[in-house]
Amino acid sequence: MNPDDRKYTKEHEWVKLENARTGLALVGITHYAQDQLGDIVYFDLPKPGASLKQLQKMGEVESVKAVSDLFSPVTGQVVETNPELGSHPELANHDPFNAGWLLRVTIAGAGELQKLMSAAEYDAFIGGLH
Amino acid sequence: MIKGGNRNTAKLLMERSVPDRVGSVLPALDVPEQPLPDRALLRDDLALPEVSEPEVVQYFTGLSQLNYSIDTHFYPLGSCTMKYNPKINDEVAFWPGFAGIHPLQPPELAQGALELLWRLQGFLQEITGMAGVSLATLAGAHGELAGVLMIRACHLARGDTARRKMAIPDSAHGTNPASAAMAGFEVVTLPSDKAGNVDLAALRQLAGPDLAGVMITLPSTLGLFDTHIVEVCRIVHQAGGLVYGDGANMNALLGRVKLGDLGFDVAHLNLHKTFSTPHGGGGPGAGPVCCVESLLPYLAAPVVARGGDGPDYTYRLMTPEASIGKVSAFHGNFGVLVRAYTYIRTLGEAGIRSISANAVLNANYILQALKDTYHLPYDRRCMHEVVFSADWQKARGVSGLEIAKRLLDYGFYAPTMYFPLIVPEALMIEPTESETRETLDAFIQALRDIDREITDNPDLVRQAPHSTPVTRLDEARAARQPNLRWRRERSGSEYP
Amino acid sequence: MPFQSHYIPNTQQEQAEMLATLGLSSIDELFLDIPQEHRNPSLDLPPPMSELEIQRELGGLAARNRPLGSGPSFLGAGSYHHFIPAIVKALMTRGEFLTAYTPYQPEASQGTLQVIYEFQTLVSNLYGMEVANAGMYDGATSLAEGALMACRVTRRSQVAVSDTVSPACVEVIRTYCQPQGIAVDLVRHWDPQVTSQTACLVAQYPNFYGSIEDIAGLARLAHGQEALLVLSADPTAMGLLQSPGHYDADIVTGEGQPLGIPPSFGGPYLGLFTCKQQYIRQMPSRLVGRTVDRLGRTGYVLTLQTREQHIRRERATSNICTNEALFALAATIYLAALGKQGLKQVAELCYHKAHYAAARIAELPGYSLPFQRGAFFQEFVAQCPAPPAEINRRLLERNILGGLDLSGPVYRPLLPPAVDKGMLLCVTEMNTRADIDALVAALGELG
Repeated sequence: MNPDDRKYTKEHEWVKLENARTGLALVGITHYAQDQLGDIVYFDLPKPGASLKQLQKMGEVESVKAVSDLFSPVTGQVVETNPELGSHPELANHDPFNAGWLLRVTIAGAGELQKLMSAAEYDAFIGGLH
Repeated sequence: MIKGGNRNTAKLLMERSVPDRVGSVLPALDVPEQPLPDRALLRDDLALPEVSEPEVVQYFTGLSQLNYSIDTHFYPLGSCTMKYNPKINDEVAFWPGFAGIHPLQPPELAQGALELLWRLQGFLQEITGMAGVSLATLAGAHGELAGVLMIRACHLARGDTARRKMAIPDSAHGTNPASAAMAGFEVVTLPSDKAGNVDLAALRQLAGPDLAGVMITLPSTLGLFDTHIVEVCRIVHQAGGLVYGDGANMNALLGRVKLGDLGFDVAHLNLHKTFSTPHGGGGPGAGPVCCVESLLPYLAAPVVARGGDGPDYTYRLMTPEASIGKVSAFHGNFGVLVRAYTYIRTLGEAGIRSISANAVLNANYILQALKDTYHLPYDRRCMHEVVFSADWQKARGVSGLEIAKRLLDYGFYAPTMYFPLIVPEALMIEPTESETRETLDAFIQALRDIDREITDNPDLVRQAPHSTPVTRLDEARAARQPNLRWRRERSGSEYP
Repeated sequence: MPFQSHYIPNTQQEQAEMLATLGLSSIDELFLDIPQEHRNPSLDLPPPMSELEIQRELGGLAARNRPLGSGPSFLGAGSYHHFIPAIVKALMTRGEFLTAYTPYQPEASQGTLQVIYEFQTLVSNLYGMEVANAGMYDGATSLAEGALMACRVTRRSQVAVSDTVSPACVEVIRTYCQPQGIAVDLVRHWDPQVTSQTACLVAQYPNFYGSIEDIAGLARLAHGQEALLVLSADPTAMGLLQSPGHYDADIVTGEGQPLGIPPSFGGPYLGLFTCKQQYIRQMPSRLVGRTVDRLGRTGYVLTLQTREQHIRRERATSNICTNEALFALAATIYLAALGKQGLKQVAELCYHKAHYAAARIAELPGYSLPFQRGAFFQEFVAQCPAPPAEINRRLLERNILGGLDLSGPVYRPLLPPAVDKGMLLCVTEMNTRADIDALVAALGELG
């Protein structure tokens, strides 16, 4: 269920490298995260140009009656935020791995990705949460 | 019940507006017209409705009928103490001799009001076992803010600037951490133990030179009297901290125990809970702050003082010497204070004790009757409210929220849900002392019936409520595209 | 026989039966968790009273106050005497409104929720602002929360408050701001210092002394440093004067008491709070939004609740919870009953009567109006020939309640040196020409 073309954090974010040469990557939340949150109503995301540090807080996601912190899966810089999310935060509920992406970033160094979980490891990780 | 024509409440005021209708007639100008200022200072865009008086009465009467309320429904909303609000209290608060007083008129023209406030301070002092009271705070959370500011001021006055932390139990209302943060404290969470009391080992860990104090709700939001409370106060005091009491649940303790005797240093009361002033759909409240002798100098301004002798006492407003300052424009929610005074005076000593007796009895009666049907996570004597968990029902596919919504169909307001946070699927039931046993029995039966429905017809419960003016509302949509006011629709867009 | 309260149904017999279901035989057994040495303390309260007796006692206390209606009054300064149509009390005291809780269960609270949505609409319109919340405690706390909000929005921690803001409000701003490390600087209204560190400029419209300041200029000054303009605005004046929104104010608060709420010795009142749409996530207090139910019918819910204490706890935009919903209802009924024409008429009556009074007083020997060059609304300062306290005492002998004495230690340092015997007078639609003429005649004799 969790696509194996990307890496995962224990905080339920994913990062998918788009271009290994430029270090461009997409960041989002997982299906498991959106399911736990319920109806997502708002994202508070870092602005383009903002610096991110791996596993540091980068923003917030709100459902109707809860607020959760978002953690950056990588160190890098924000290139853009998903322009659709402002008016349609529910995209992250309906299609968290594709249309519901949060940020496009440039990764400082690909080495960091090794610290994250593969799809199989993440499957096992969330399996253990029940 | 559907109403036709203008008595239907669907249309909003601005949609009802018809040019040149008026809802009130004012006197003609009886002085010579004066020159107006520069036209640029004057507006011509005032968008208010134009409706006649009968329409206003019909519309608001119709709206009122969409509400559940204490006067129309049993309202077992835990932690909110939705007891009967005596009508005499409202009547006197509107008397011209009270409602017509200007807050800045000279004290000699308001001696009756000041004496009433002075006596109320005395009543609340006696009930809490404290040394002094400020009536200036306008709600429970406002009282919390004033109270923790007093703790801050007290430490700073002693030159103790290291006390940055306020410890708050995990079961606390959200206002506690929010108030502590507004007062500049760092909030640290205090876990509860298996019996629902403060975890003493955790408290000992936190009790150090950086601890300003703890905020304790007694009984706790679990509806339990913390049997360690004297030890809690002792540990905090030994570490140099102060103990704040959130009086939201005082209905259980009236005449049974005094917070001051237990070791609390400062506490607020919710007059709109314990002392029956009507909640009004979300206020006004009043959150008087009571404190021990050593904190008196820091009380919020003003407090009422008495001077003079014998029958010629005079009453005045004064600012305590090291007051945290003013917390509102004037002297507190006087109209609410008049109601609470009337209530305490009507009930007297015997009546005040009867409140806690019957509030606690009624809650335990419900606990006993339903503990086989709904999971009781803390199986011990409760105080004024009982917290069940709907996790047995959740295992059968229906949530606490859905059970609460189904209760609306049975003609009961819902219990408090999903609070306290440490009880999954919490249903917090507070019957209060002012309900009859017949009502409690009917409510108990309704919760048993709903439990049976979960087996027989779970969708009936999941889709509830069915009989209210609207069904389950789309809260996600409301939050995603906030529509917070009416605007005239223009060219197909609601937002011109 | 033990006391049986008329507010508590359970009889002794019923109590015994209910205790029996718990396996208990006395009420005391319910309270065994309370440490024995502290249980059942003495309680020195008077004995119970019948309703008839309490009416007598309270009647005696009420008789020792002088209500505004008992003679001409010219006292304002933050609490105003205005006409309240009878329907305000008749409707707001309906039990369905009065005895409902905060509308957390929307299906059972549509009445209260729709009222708040109406309130948000009318208050937004009144101030010409994009969004209003469901209300705050009072005008002073609303203004203080406005200053705190401006600090969150700008991520700055200095607040510049004009010296023409109500001193009581300034004190509340200090109480709220200082514990959070926010500096509160009182600035001269004719030359307010706003820097790149300033979160907001706080001003009052009309100001505490009744005058109408250059709000557009204040907005330019604040915005020039990317600071916000936070105002407290008198809602009655909005019937006549340009709205704060017209001047591009960012956060506009106000004391809602003039909108159908009796003076009641200072409370309960109502805080009004509005702002630009872009700042709503930093707003304190409740918001009601419009949505639909499962069947597509329009309904109302509390929304954007993640800002609030019950969800965000120590990171909430404010600790406010219970506020003044019943008086938001009162204000909504008042605004509906007065309507577009009525509120304008009230504002005009206040304006013309106050200007008539000011002009007559200015003609009296010994009196002057130090701030008369600027425009004012319903309040003005008169410099008196004798100490204002003395004048007020002698006005009272004629059953006239005079204005606020500005010669004391709170106000005196804020005023120009020449205004050493100032009195702040307020004239509203409640003052007849006969009242005003009586005041002028009395001042003339005393001067």
